This record gives sequence, C-alpha cells and structure tokens, in this order.
Amino acid sequence: MSETVRLYFDVDGEDFTSAGQASVQVKKSLRQLGIPPEIIRKVSIAMYEGEINMVIHAGGGKAEVLICEDCIEIRLRDQGPGIANIEQAMQEGFSTAPDAIRSLGFGAGMGLPNMKRYTDEMKIESEPGKGTDITMRVYL
Amino acid sequence: MTINQMAEALGLRVLTAPEGERECTGVYIGDLLSWVMGRAQCGDVWITIMSNINVAAVASLADVACVLLAEGVVPEEDVIRTAEQKGINLLCAQQPAYELAVRLHELGL
Ligand SMILES: Nc1ncnc2c1ncn2[C@@H]1O[C@H](COP(=O)(O)OP(=O)(O)OP(=O)(O)O)[C@@H](O)[C@H]1O
Ligand SMILES: [Mg+2]
Repeated sequence: MSETVRLYFDVDGEDFTSAGQASVQVKKSLRQLGIPPEIIRKVSIAMYEGEINMVIHAGGGKAEVLICEDCIEIRLRDQGPGIANIEQAMQEGFSTAPDAIRSLGFGAGMGLPNMKRYTDEMKIESEPGKGTDITMRVYL
Repeated sequence: MTINQMAEALGLRVLTAPEGERECTGVYIGDLLSWVMGRAQCGDVWITIMSNINVAAVASLADVACVLLAEGVVPEEDVIRTAEQKGINLLCAQQPAYELAVRLHELGL
C-alpha cells in the first residue's frame, strides 16, 4: 500500500451512547485494508480512549487517521478546556471525571496511560482554555 | 473451549452468540472500562456487572471472546441489539464473578 489512506471523523460531544463510533469504524476500515489484527487492536483501543476523552472531557472534537506505508497515525483535536498539567493527567489513576460518568465504568484514570501503552509514539499539546491536540503513531 | 461449550457447561443464558464457535483463551474480571481496555487479552471471557451500551464498544475494540454478565445482571434491549450487530457474544449468569471464574478454571481456562 503506497497511497496514504485518510479517515476523518466528527466526534459528537453530546451523544454519549454512541461514543466510540469513530473507533469502531476505524477498526472496520483497517480490517478491510488487511492490517494485522494485533496492530488493529492497538490502534482501535488507543483511539477509543482518546475519542471517549474528547466526549467526556472536551465536549467532542475531530479525529483523523492516516494509514501510511510504515505507520498508522491518529490525530485527535478538540476545543475543550485543555489539560493544565499533562504529567499529572498521564499518571495511572488520575481522573477528573464526574460521578455520573464514573457510574458507567469510566473515570479510572487509565485512558491516557493506555494510549501511551498501546502506541509507539504519543504527543500531547494542550493549552488551558483552548483545547487539546493528541497525535499517536503505531508502526507497522 | 468455545463460547457455546462454555454456555452449555455453566448453564449460562445466551443473549447473543453471533460468534458462538469462537474459542475462549483466558478470563478477565473487571468493571472499570479503561482497566479492561488496558489489561484484558484478545480472546478472554470478560466477566463484569457493567451492562451499559459502552460495554459493547469496549468488548469489540478489546476483541474479547465474550461478555459474561455476572450476578443476574441483564442488559437493556438496545444493548443486546448492539451486541448482535457488532458480532459480540453476550451471556449472563446468576453466579457472582468469583464462582464463574472458579468454574472456568475447572474447565481448563
Ligand atoms: N481531551 C481532553 N480534554 C481535557 N481534559 C482531558 C482530556 N483528556 C484527558 N483529560 C484529563 O486527563 C484526565 C485523565 O484522563 P484519562 O483518560 O487517563 O482518565 P479518565 O478519562 O478520567 O478515566 P478513564 O479513561 O479511565 O475512563 C481526565 O480525567 C481529564 O482531567
Ligand atoms: Mg479517559
């Protein structure tokens, strides 16, 4: 595959019940492209965590997935409140999720650590009050 | 052991089994979704008491062999429908997670 494949998604911040749709769609597309299952699993878990974070913490955002010759890149952009202390947010167990969200099984403070674990590269850029940009890469 | 064999052996109620012949290779117990995403292995029987719609997405993305709802938990109709559509095996049991895990261990998992 020499051509880069691009997928774009608008992640709805209102609809919590359909959250994760973009990730499920990415999983399907990667499967159709014949990407190995272990890679698909890593990409879709990392993307799902990022997608859910945009829904819970940022009121939605945009996701873009690039499938290149040697890697899959996931870009997540939102205009939410931003992350003031990235180092703290990256720690296992740190969460500001509200109780209503916790009762659904979220809010363990494991999402960002999972994103780091399942990808080969991860970069977070965030400005309080402006939003958050996350780029992750999984090498093929 | 396949999902269908497990359901038979443990007397589980099968809500959906679109992939009933899928092989189970391990067990993971947990209700916090990001823990499950981080720790469950592909092919695991995921035992939980969480039954909301997000469970279907997590099961699909983490690629577990099935979701096994413990303690008599039964999900809403729309969750069952979504599981069926996504190809997720969804079963439920009266027993608590510990008992299910012991039985699965006896069956070789
Ligand atoms: N896109 C985002 N915008 C603003 N804040 C964020 C965003 N993503 C994460 N955060 C902050 O970082 C914290 C840690 O995120 P992480 O995904 O690790 O845990 P969580 O979402 O709270 O719980 P879990 O992912 O286990 O369900 C969040 O509680 C939130 O404060
Ligand atoms: Mg999270």
